[in-house]
Amino acid sequence: MITQHVVWVLTLAGIGIVALTFVYVLANSGKTADAAVTTHKAYSIRRWWFIALIVFGVAVTYLTLTPFPIGHQGALATNAQMVDAVGRQWSWQLSRNEVRAGTPVQFNVSSVDVNHGFAIYGPDDLIVTQTQAMPGFTNRLLHTFTRPGTYRVMCLEYCGLAHHAMVAQFEVVPADNGGQP
Amino acid sequence: MSVSRPLVELHPADEAFNRGERVVFNLYVISALVILVLMMLLGLTMRLAQSTWLGVPLGVFYQLLTAHGAGMVGTIGLASSAVMWFFLRKYVRLSLSIFAANYVLFMLGAMAILAAVFIGGYAGAWTFLYPLPVRSMSVWSTNAAALFMCGYLLIGVGFLLFYLDAMRAIIRVYGNLGRALGLRWLFGGEIDKTHSKTVVASTMVAITNSIGVLAGAVVLAMCLVNIYVPSMELNALLVKNLTYLFGHMFINASIYMGVIAVYELLPRYSGRPYPVSRAFLWSWSASLVMVLIVYPHHLLMDYAMPFWMLVMGQIISYTAGLPVFTVTVYGALTNVYKSGMRWSMPSKLLMLSMFGWAAGIVPAIIDGTIGVNKLMHNTQWVPGHFHFYLLLGVLPMVLALLYHVIGQRVPRHAGHQVTFPLFVVGGLIFVFSFLAGGSISTPRRFAEHLPQWLAYDQSGAIGAALVIAAMLLFSTQLITGLMRSKARVGPAHAAG
Repeated sequence: MITQHVVWVLTLAGIGIVALTFVYVLANSGKTADAAVTTHKAYSIRRWWFIALIVFGVAVTYLTLTPFPIGHQGALATNAQMVDAVGRQWSWQLSRNEVRAGTPVQFNVSSVDVNHGFAIYGPDDLIVTQTQAMPGFTNRLLHTFTRPGTYRVMCLEYCGLAHHAMVAQFEVVPADNGGQP
Repeated sequence: MSVSRPLVELHPADEAFNRGERVVFNLYVISALVILVLMMLLGLTMRLAQSTWLGVPLGVFYQLLTAHGAGMVGTIGLASSAVMWFFLRKYVRLSLSIFAANYVLFMLGAMAILAAVFIGGYAGAWTFLYPLPVRSMSVWSTNAAALFMCGYLLIGVGFLLFYLDAMRAIIRVYGNLGRALGLRWLFGGEIDKTHSKTVVASTMVAITNSIGVLAGAVVLAMCLVNIYVPSMELNALLVKNLTYLFGHMFINASIYMGVIAVYELLPRYSGRPYPVSRAFLWSWSASLVMVLIVYPHHLLMDYAMPFWMLVMGQIISYTAGLPVFTVTVYGALTNVYKSGMRWSMPSKLLMLSMFGWAAGIVPAIIDGTIGVNKLMHNTQWVPGHFHFYLLLGVLPMVLALLYHVIGQRVPRHAGHQVTFPLFVVGGLIFVFSFLAGGSISTPRRFAEHLPQWLAYDQSGAIGAALVIAAMLLFSTQLITGLMRSKARVGPAHAAG
């Protein structure tokens, strides 16, 4: 399942629900009813709507933050393949151009000049993960590739005239034991 | 069964202009309309360039990007501050001189920004993220970057004066800002139903955006010192925090100032009471806090940020949507439902603004999830959601007020009936093209696009062209109507 597709469908569904609600209300806007009765009924529904949103929000928060989607920044990942990535106007310098699928990769991402965005695009040209490259800081991006192929790094933080041309490439090769770490 | 009737007349006497007010208000909104159309043309040029339908040199593209971002954010702020001023002056005595000073400072700042971009070649984006302004690889000079920042400072000083004057005037009438916010009714007591929603919203905006503008002033001063004393290096993460606190606050203040038009005008067209409630007061008090602490959702990909701030960024992104969905938009829909609504251009625009705000928040909230942000951050998903609630949310709030102000003085033309649907259809094509582009990982702020991204660029360009056509029709009608309006003699309300 591709997350971008899920996000797109969820967004269309959410906007669709908002749109249908508006259509329903506007279709009934020309009619008349007692304002006090309408308001009382609507505000009774709102109480449950509010509670539903709270419950839904708490559940989504727990599910999306457990486990925390960003790797621990204070410690090196054990058994991870290490890649140092340094951004500069307007190129990327990667310490290695080949990693194995199935084993975590820790990208130590930094910049020697301005802010850059370190976004990894998969063979299908969709982003698989990203972090920022910032002068004076090192962001540790942990990712396990599951699909071998050619991946591209693009800069997603505007960094000047050739920002769009700041591209690097690396290969993800199959794991020695068939893709298992 | 009682049938809804108008609560108050559409154009009460205390909203009429005297001569000075009419001049300053017209300067604000006519300037805003003209600049908005010009900025939209810059946006269309960028979409045409990305579509490969128009050749634009790289340097020019990023200059347009910078001017478009700064121009749109500033101008929608200017226009929505006119909305706040228009209604707030009924309840408190605002200084017309300070309101005019804000306009003058804005125009001086805008000229500085335009000169920095189109003469100095500055193309560091409206976010001026340190240290890009001073590290352009010789594309622009540091003096151009400094001029751009000075332009921001001038605009910030103007807005700060406006908010300080608003707070002074509110305190004079209500005693303190807490009473104006209705804090004494949060936990009980009988709410004064005549307490003005405009005063609550204006107080919240004046407090929060003063803090936002001050954060901007601090970071601009730091960057200006760094430009001329490079040995004084800055902490890039601290600067980024201050920049996004300022930027997020400023653009959100535009929404909160613009929505005052909904609170004031909607009940006049629906004929239904729309009084202040405890839920309303809670929502604005909660928003006051949340809008100031939600900005870390712009820094979710900065892993060096403290853990708790990243978690807070996601959680507050979710909770910040609650007041919108459960109070303002829900309340507006309740007010309209079976009301015998009088549909006209202002009321149509008001409801469009509610839809644009509510619908635009959906992709924004989803993007506030860290796991999603890892895939969507700085793709076209982001301009997709913010154009949704700015183009189809805030701008219609402003247009609704202007159509309301000119009333029957709307000059008719052949395209009158199609303007509104043209704006809606063009706007939806435009924003959904951005969102669709984001869903296939198209980066934002790229001058050149890969072939697989072009289809959405091209549909976006078509949508932008339709929006601009509608805006030209809107602006022509509105400017003509505003110029025809007359001022009454002598003040009839509290404005000074």
